[in-house]
Amino acid sequence: MTEQATGISFRVNGKNLTTSTHVGTRLSEVLREEFGLTGTKIGCDAGDCGACTVLMEGLPICACLTPAARVEGSEITTIEGLSQDGLTPLQESFLRYGAAQCGICTPGMLMAASALLKKNPHPEIEEVEDAISGVLCRCTGYSKIIAAVCGTNNADVKPDLPHAGEAVGAPVERLDGVQKVDGSEIFGADFWPVDALSVLVVRSPHHCAEFKFGNLSKFAATTQGVKAIFTAADIPGENRFGVIPPLADQPALAESQTRFMGEAVALIVGDKCALSEIDIDKFPVQWTPNPENLDPLVAQQESTSPVHKDRVGNLLITGNVKTGNYQEGLSNAAHLAQCEIETSFVEHAYIEPEAGCAWMDGDILTIQACTQAPYMDREDTAKILGLEHEKVRIIPSATGGGFGSKLDVSIQPLLGLVTLKTGKPCRIVYSRSESMASTTKRHPAIMRASIGTDGGGKITGMHFDGDFNTGAFASWGPTVATRVPVHASGPYKTPNYLAQARAVHTNGPPSGAFRGFGVPQATVIQETLYDELASLCELDRLEFRRINALCDGDVSVCGQTMQGVGIQECLDALVPHWKLAQDRAKEFNEKSGTVRRGVGVASCWYGCGNTALPNPSTIRLGITTDGHLRLHQGATDIGQGSNTIITQICADALGLPIDKFELISPDTALTPDCGKTSASRQTVVTGNAAQLAGRGLRHRILRTSNMGQTAEIKLEENMLIISENGITQTIHLDELETDKLGYALSCEETYDPPTEPLDENGQGKPYAVYGYGAQIAEVEVDMKLGTVKVCNIVAAHDLGKVINPLLAEGQIEGGIAQGLGMALMEEYVPGRTENLHDYLIPTIGDMPPVQSILVEKPDPEGPMGAKGLGEHVLIPTAPAILNAIRDASGAKITKLPALPHRVLAAIKQAEAQS
Amino acid sequence: MQYFRPDSLTPALDWLAEKRNVTIAAGCTDLLPATTAQSLSGPVLDLTAITTLSGISNEEKFWRFGATTTWTDVINSDLPPAFDTLKLAAREVGSVQIQNAGTLAGNLCNASPAADGVPCWLTLDAQVELQSSSEIRRLPLSQFISGPRQTKLQTGEILSAILVPKSSSIGRSTFQKLGARKYLIISIVMVAARIREDNGVITEAAISVGSCNAVAQRLTEVENGLIGEQLDGETANLISHEMVNDVIDPIDDLRSDAGYRQDAASELVRRSINTLAVGKLNVT
Repeated sequence: MTEQATGISFRVNGKNLTTSTHVGTRLSEVLREEFGLTGTKIGCDAGDCGACTVLMEGLPICACLTPAARVEGSEITTIEGLSQDGLTPLQESFLRYGAAQCGICTPGMLMAASALLKKNPHPEIEEVEDAISGVLCRCTGYSKIIAAVCGTNNADVKPDLPHAGEAVGAPVERLDGVQKVDGSEIFGADFWPVDALSVLVVRSPHHCAEFKFGNLSKFAATTQGVKAIFTAADIPGENRFGVIPPLADQPALAESQTRFMGEAVALIVGDKCALSEIDIDKFPVQWTPNPENLDPLVAQQESTSPVHKDRVGNLLITGNVKTGNYQEGLSNAAHLAQCEIETSFVEHAYIEPEAGCAWMDGDILTIQACTQAPYMDREDTAKILGLEHEKVRIIPSATGGGFGSKLDVSIQPLLGLVTLKTGKPCRIVYSRSESMASTTKRHPAIMRASIGTDGGGKITGMHFDGDFNTGAFASWGPTVATRVPVHASGPYKTPNYLAQARAVHTNGPPSGAFRGFGVPQATVIQETLYDELASLCELDRLEFRRINALCDGDVSVCGQTMQGVGIQECLDALVPHWKLAQDRAKEFNEKSGTVRRGVGVASCWYGCGNTALPNPSTIRLGITTDGHLRLHQGATDIGQGSNTIITQICADALGLPIDKFELISPDTALTPDCGKTSASRQTVVTGNAAQLAGRGLRHRILRTSNMGQTAEIKLEENMLIISENGITQTIHLDELETDKLGYALSCEETYDPPTEPLDENGQGKPYAVYGYGAQIAEVEVDMKLGTVKVCNIVAAHDLGKVINPLLAEGQIEGGIAQGLGMALMEEYVPGRTENLHDYLIPTIGDMPPVQSILVEKPDPEGPMGAKGLGEHVLIPTAPAILNAIRDASGAKITKLPALPHRVLAAIKQAEAQS
Repeated sequence: MQYFRPDSLTPALDWLAEKRNVTIAAGCTDLLPATTAQSLSGPVLDLTAITTLSGISNEEKFWRFGATTTWTDVINSDLPPAFDTLKLAAREVGSVQIQNAGTLAGNLCNASPAADGVPCWLTLDAQVELQSSSEIRRLPLSQFISGPRQTKLQTGEILSAILVPKSSSIGRSTFQKLGARKYLIISIVMVAARIREDNGVITEAAISVGSCNAVAQRLTEVENGLIGEQLDGETANLISHEMVNDVIDPIDDLRSDAGYRQDAASELVRRSINTLAVGKLNVT
């Protein structure tokens, strides 16, 4: 080949194609942007995540690391070419086993796995792990992916969809699954209007700085391809956003100072190609760095200047729960344990960086982007842009993982500003590093706690005090500071209690929502102290927890009388596994010196929904005159499964099978508000709304046909056929007039969980429904290297009522993966770890087998007794692992993550003390 | 921007001689992650179409590893046990996707202190062959990499092959990589070791440690101390913490602190020797 600029010819999925882009361009870019093959996903542009895996002559490669020139004359296979007709057995297997959650890693996983299966149709687990280890998944914990690959060529029969009235409890494949396995799902970066302008965000390279712009119009005029530049001065509305409106403090574009590294200051708008050539260092902005403060303890000192002028001592908020007299409880204790533990920033590390686009639809600004909270996006975006809510429409794209960080707006106001100002469509696709630098994190915490027991091992009192580094802006800091004191006791009877959590500003990235809102951090200290107390009391560690577990009718630290408490049942379910695990450890340690095995246990409880605040969901359900049954399901499904769960609940409430349902996906123009996907609330809150709507429509049908409560309903073409006791009535839908919602028959219902405000001592009824769980971790610790291998996890979770066991297990396995990461490897350091090779999340080889035990202790308030699960599953994992490390090695870990050097230092310390 | 991907060496070297500031591209598994742009900025000389630069050959005095031989090629090759160290390292380079693209020469020219291949090549006394349009020269690998991200590659030169002397292709070898997760990991410490023995007595030892110096280092004192010793379950105990730590000079970074690297390096050196003495290697 000679020197050439464009015109590489190769075969893609059997078709000859020739590129017109430059030969040095990444294959991923060519496939997606030039050929529209958006099934190949971009997670990092660095070979760290494998989402862009395609086959070149049958071998898996990262398309992001392959210059187009390299593929000349080659055969490239992408997800779109995996099957020529319908789904392959591998894709079917992914659906059957629930191997796709959010779906963003799924194409990469499928490509890597298909290469393996071609060589080896019946691989062993280890072979599967080796073959697909180059693809990271943040949702599933990998177990179901391994099972799906191993089971591809088994003769499993695809189960039928459940009959009417039997949806709840059935392992229904996710209803939005096909598009996730065939590559057709549209994530944030996968759709853009023709001629959309691209937007490049200029960001602060300093933790704390003041800045002034130079001659922006000259830069725009003299830089090729640049169409416009926008700064805070162009923002027409109030340049402040925040998830808690009274505390909104974050500018969409900084005005004259930046408060964290990565904060946005300007937008460069232009052609995609030209923008990628821009030398951002030449952008006319003058920085004056100020001393930064990254330490939440230093931040509270008088001599430290506040990040926000009006927040003295950098204190955003203090959360507080007090009951009884904790000092008495501790001073009268027979046994007392106390410690201090520090945790790190944890990054959500969803594989999909933020992306989306905007366009004008008449006078409606329309934004399609990945999100967990379309209605909140609309509110903040409208405010920043000075628009009425009705003039902004948010269409959530499929969301490639969220875990809390896609609750806050990121690109939405920026997209809106560009389209509003230019009148033209635009798009933003964050790079991996800007996604990591600019979006929220889990709060690092410095926590101190003391817990006392009486001689028999019953808790007499607890004191918890935590400083939570909330970073530069409020985000969900207040929620964390409120939730932590409510939950820091764990699901245990604690008569005397004081817990305080301070959310403290620093120049770190904004800490926000991350699966558990601070509760996972607090549980680390509580559950590790429980292990110390059990040994002081000379009680078995699981037994110690059973002695103290809350029961129905007990009063929580908030003074709430608890009902439907399932922690005792979860702990009971673990008893046989606990004994087996301890026997295994004993047997192992008799033969081994350098590697020691240990077992740990920890519990969780977690209130579902907003803390003592309203958080309603509204579900609309209607049947058209031509017989379409439509469920307006506004709960954003970010992979957790609400599209399926909500339909299952609604189907049984209505009495029709789920295959009759058509889903109207979240869209502020089409679906009523189901609130945000957070706080483990969708199954409980939207589930209750769906149940009410299903029952309501059923009632309407029965009333219209004058039939009784037990009648059977069938929907056939444009007729409803209702039968009971041998009598049949038919409703001809096309003979009905449409109602104001456009349906022949419809129902819209709202549910808001009954809570009561907390008083100054945190007493009240913060949540209507709680979920519970407990996990056992078995680990092996290398005593000379400090490395930890998690060998097995048994997880018992009380779901109240299992709506879908397949999806529930997926949540458990995925939550455990994130808990394992938090325990052992995840540490975000601003300015140093904005990639997926310095910031480590668990790979397929780091996950142990997970055995899920689904406990059903019905909740009086939950739909059909159901409770939330999404966040609960992560909470016990880290403390269970830390307790197992200590059981194996004696090492007391006081700083997370337990990287090998920290574990080895703790082992040495333990050895020196003994 | 210019991008040149010739299918033979002479035009490549001629082009390189004419141009300035050429980026030499092979697997691109380090080049593309280093940029946020969607294209490599030029001029770029892409070596991957030059078939004579790829593959492994058994020559009279050397094993020759062509520059653009991939890690997957190494894994799939039939090589003597002295190369087990390299095969084990190859399986731990990034992921299967990276192994399918990443090249042996790219790994050396990128000159990361954590390059997985370097400790292995050092135990094999590897030399690099450097070619320009006017000259072919050889350098021991230990001299070629001169610092973190620094090599002795001159303008107009490419690294065309890695040569392992037949005299160093003898014995058995192993590799240990320590990181905070199982796959897709940059090492905290790496150790490569090759031992030649005669009736259970060590006649040659080559041990090197990576990620603990600016450039991976051989442990000459440890090696010399092993010669003449019996290779058995006790041999590793001859290696003290101090002997290893006289050579290495680790730093604190995100992955670990220096003190830990000192402990881990000496422990991994002992384990490597022990593996060769009593353990079984799992290399296919």
